[in-house]
Amino acid sequence: MTTFLQQVVNGLSLGSIYAVFAIGCTLIFGVLNIVNLAQGAFFMVGAYLGLEIALLGLPLPLALVVALVGGGILGMASELLVFRVLRLRGGHKWMGLVASLALARLLVGIAQEVFGTAVHGYPPNPFTAIVWEIGGVRVQLLQIIVVITAVILMGILGFTLQKTSVGRAIRTVAFSEDVARIVGVEVGRTILITFFIAGALAGAAGVLLGLLFNVVSPFMGEHMLVKGLTVMILGGLGNIPGAVAGGFLLGLVEVFSVAYVSSAFRDAIGFGLIFLILLVKPTGLFSGFEERRA
Amino acid sequence: MPAAQLELWQVAKRFQGVVAVDSVSLTATAGQVTALIGPNGSGKTTTMNMITGLYPTDAGHIRLDGVDIARLAPHKVAALGVARTFQNIRLLASETTLANVLLGAHRHQSASLLDVLFGLPAVKSSETREKARCEALLDLVGIAPLRDVAVGGLSYGDRRRVEIARALATKPRLLLLDEPAAGMNFAEKRALADLVLAIRDMGITVLLIEHDIEFVARVSDHIVVLNFGREIAAGTPEEVRRMPSVIEAYLGTEDA
Repeated sequence: MTTFLQQVVNGLSLGSIYAVFAIGCTLIFGVLNIVNLAQGAFFMVGAYLGLEIALLGLPLPLALVVALVGGGILGMASELLVFRVLRLRGGHKWMGLVASLALARLLVGIAQEVFGTAVHGYPPNPFTAIVWEIGGVRVQLLQIIVVITAVILMGILGFTLQKTSVGRAIRTVAFSEDVARIVGVEVGRTILITFFIAGALAGAAGVLLGLLFNVVSPFMGEHMLVKGLTVMILGGLGNIPGAVAGGFLLGLVEVFSVAYVSSAFRDAIGFGLIFLILLVKPTGLFSGFEERRA
Repeated sequence: MPAAQLELWQVAKRFQGVVAVDSVSLTATAGQVTALIGPNGSGKTTTMNMITGLYPTDAGHIRLDGVDIARLAPHKVAALGVARTFQNIRLLASETTLANVLLGAHRHQSASLLDVLFGLPAVKSSETREKARCEALLDLVGIAPLRDVAVGGLSYGDRRRVEIARALATKPRLLLLDEPAAGMNFAEKRALADLVLAIRDMGITVLLIEHDIEFVARVSDHIVVLNFGREIAAGTPEEVRRMPSVIEAYLGTEDA
């Protein structure tokens, strides 16, 4: 029972990061029907930006904000330099997939040059030191902070999408670019904002994962990208609540397979389960954007 | 705001060599209903797409109250007071009727994250105002009791009404309707004709595409007939009905 509860705590904190990251991927898919493979690299850059701020001895909330803004700017750059150019030239959407992969490799290469290939860790902070033992279950203050931060980020996003003009514009563009244009939405600007939000979420997720596992490396983004895509498919393409649920589910499945089976099978079990779910329900656990259209 | 006057002068559009609109000149007089008729593939919807800025024109001028809008981005055309409905209805099926109509009020509402978080009174009042305005529009188009129903469950005719209400929510001076009566039964068409006349009487210029000639004759002040991407005739419903070229090109074929 103790092991079980311990894994629930670990799984929720890991899953919350998966959720934050995957929301960005699924948001872009929902709006443009494309996948931005550079999201993983934005995640990695976010982790390094946060690390640099932390190494300067500045407070962690600032590290998070810098990673948010940095990731967001990279997201906008990927739209302006890659996706928009391809769209205007009438390129096929698979071209964007390859081009964003190239952008990801470029960022990884730059990170290797700048930071080296060695694994770095965040400097000690008071949050890791504070640990509560409740009935044999260890809960780090850091884990709680990670989950709360993730939930706040998701809350802000949900609120923005549902209540603000920008959110309304994003939802309208996701539904139909033509309808958006006709009712006076600036589609290009709205898409740019969407890329900012997705990049910002990736950057923030980078700091959260870097803090939680104390591991920052140029290659961390590729691993995360696979998780993000998995969660996106699991939750139903373009479905944001689905991505949240899928993120937590993947986090829990992974830690449980490590605890009860073997860490060697962590990914095999996680992805195997997803494969099974998709066999039963090919649209993902929750239906995606496509099904909700008129 | 007064109704807008729309003038097209030798407007042309090609798609990779295929001439969709060869040369169309027409005027939708302010405060009147103008109908654009013609066989399928004669360039009616393409013309409408050019007016709203969805397609850039290849040649010619499109003037709204004398201002050339042919090169403007769609959101800017919308800001000048041009609204439209689509031939294939485009509504968010999972959202309610009112929510769909509120999309049309996009330009008249601005709420940033901070505004909403701090519940600024200006935001609240603009939200309430736009909601009331959209509810009044639902009443006008005759679907007020359906305001909280998801659009996916509505009949075809009612969905068309939602689309018209959404277009009206943008506060247009010129309303473009692409085959508004398609798929409607006789009673629905009569109600729609009354609605179009009511919209005209609100001081909104209407330009519509329609195959149902009875409907067109009932609502139109002026008719323009297209064939092969050119206008072949124009006049009042009575005049157009008598023109041999029109009978040959359009009325001679069993279309609707």
